[in-house]
Amino acid sequence: MNKLNFLKPDIDNLNTYLYSGIFLIFIAILDVSFNSFLKTNITNFLPNSISFILPLILGAIGFHLIRIEFSGIKNLDLLNKNINTNTFNAVLTLLIIFAIIKSIPPFLSWFFIDATISGDTKEACTGTGACWTYIKIWLNRFIYGMYPNELQWRINISFIALIGLAFIGLLPSEKVKKFLTLYYVVIYPIIAFILIYYLISGGSLGLEWVETGAWGGLSLTFIVSFFCLIFCFPIGMFLALGRRSDLPTVRYISIGFIEFWRGVPLITVLFMSSVMFPMFLPEDFFMDKLVRVIIAISLFEAAYVAEVIRGGLQALPRGQYDAAKSLGMGYWKMYIFVILPQALKLVIPGIANTFLALVKDTPLIFVVGLLEIVGMLNLAKTNPKWLGYAMEGYVFAAIIFWIICYAMSKYSYNLEIKYKTDR
Amino acid sequence: MSDPIIKIENMNKWFGDFQVLKDINLEVEKNKKIVVCGPSGSGKSTLIRCINRLEEHQKGTIVVDGNELTENTKNIEAIRAEVGMVFQQFNLFPHLSILDNCTLAPVWVKKMPKKAAEELAMKQLEQVQIVDQASKFPGQLSGGQQQRCAIARALCMEPKIMLFDEPTSALDPEMIKEVLDAMVNLAKAGMTMIVVTHEMGFAKEVADEVIFMDEGMIVEKAETKEFFANPKSDRTKLFLSQIL
Repeated sequence: MNKLNFLKPDIDNLNTYLYSGIFLIFIAILDVSFNSFLKTNITNFLPNSISFILPLILGAIGFHLIRIEFSGIKNLDLLNKNINTNTFNAVLTLLIIFAIIKSIPPFLSWFFIDATISGDTKEACTGTGACWTYIKIWLNRFIYGMYPNELQWRINISFIALIGLAFIGLLPSEKVKKFLTLYYVVIYPIIAFILIYYLISGGSLGLEWVETGAWGGLSLTFIVSFFCLIFCFPIGMFLALGRRSDLPTVRYISIGFIEFWRGVPLITVLFMSSVMFPMFLPEDFFMDKLVRVIIAISLFEAAYVAEVIRGGLQALPRGQYDAAKSLGMGYWKMYIFVILPQALKLVIPGIANTFLALVKDTPLIFVVGLLEIVGMLNLAKTNPKWLGYAMEGYVFAAIIFWIICYAMSKYSYNLEIKYKTDR
Repeated sequence: MSDPIIKIENMNKWFGDFQVLKDINLEVEKNKKIVVCGPSGSGKSTLIRCINRLEEHQKGTIVVDGNELTENTKNIEAIRAEVGMVFQQFNLFPHLSILDNCTLAPVWVKKMPKKAAEELAMKQLEQVQIVDQASKFPGQLSGGQQQRCAIARALCMEPKIMLFDEPTSALDPEMIKEVLDAMVNLAKAGMTMIVVTHEMGFAKEVADEVIFMDEGMIVEKAETKEFFANPKSDRTKLFLSQIL
């Protein structure tokens, strides 16, 4: 047997080093896990400070022992190449592993083990964990806002219908496919508007009118985001084209518009839309505040979309313009068939970014008194019967927003792949 | 003798303060093949880009097929539809398949029915021998195949004149021949062509006239045989001695 050299692990005694190294790392992780999950210290016979730092030392030695170059074991080589290149990296790795192990139990106990979901009142929440009862009781408000309970079927039907209609694109029929773009860009938004106007708002067809101030919660988040996304995109596109136009009037108006909306904070825009804007309107003219808010957010985000699209337009080589022109295409044909399809494909990540920001900006509409999901949370947490559960509310909102945004981000990624034709 | 299809008189062009074209006079008759050569920066590309107004000229007149090139955009689009152009960098539309590259302009500019446009495109692609690549995207083709597709795309507009702006300069030596072959076939079919190129073999084979340009001026314009056999100006002699 070759002589073991503790300071320099070598491949001749591969198994000896490997097993002793893995054993030490295992002991280190076990110690921390016991400490974290069972709250027992298996090394409490040692002085406090040594007991505290022991797992790190053991783990570091363990990693040192398994740091054998070209061992021939695939996973070990991978490990050594990526996270175990030197002692410093090994220690960092250990610290991260320990931090994760340490943070799992408190999280689990708050989120699940000590949490309460039964009961109907605050008194049911006696544990130290989260009070999901609060979310349960208020869930209806978080989704529908102040919309009257007995009329909520109208929102349900509208949303189910809209989600169903959104899947028409999956129909295999060739006949339908021709009109899909037209359907999604023009017809679908019109259907959405009609449903929302007649069914959710009501006031005609024998349905009771529900003022927009009563709308709220998650359904309002969806309504505001949906219409703002639909409006800001075409406006932004025209602004981007306008900013690159040869006509000075068009160009300067576009630049002025973009720079104005990019320069002001959204919250002031929303405030002005509700307070100042009506002053400019004729006395008998009434525009609902939800409509005003949607217009304000759309114009605001359109300025950002315009700059993102302009980036895509500038990235295209001049040859593409030349080629389109040399084939006799005019301005609009050139942009519709040659330039925009390529430019928009380039800016999908940027557009997705802007749209995600838009969805997450919707809570700001509280300044005009519209309460979407975060607004409802703020209202609920100040209810005297339910004081002190802000944390649960915000965690809940974070999860909801994360799901929405992750779905959008995933979708944009799929679009990128779908339209990838070059390279 | 028939009227010239392209007539350029006293044409001048500036980029800012820099004069790129000086007093250009040129007449091209129908079915003639003109090769333009000269050192880089001599204004060859700018000259042919002026003919379909990808560049604007500041002085003088350009008449293409009886229409004078002016600010009038309707007029320009009509002329561009009659003048095909092939670029050094191919400039195919990367988001469209080869077939769609060829049918896009006929369908949307000439309002040709889609079926007829596709038949025409397949015919042109067959001419340049890439009909089997029709459903691929430009990024999947070699440089030579892309350039031949670009020629087919221009021909799908059934132009009266074809302009070539250094069509083989961005190609590997191996692929130059396949593109030149396609151009020779086109010349033999009787197309009016103006070709900016450094391929003197091509010039000798198909050109009726050769134009030599330097510093924005036409230095020499002669019949092909005459041009290569006894060039008149010293500048032309120097140029020819260096590239032949």
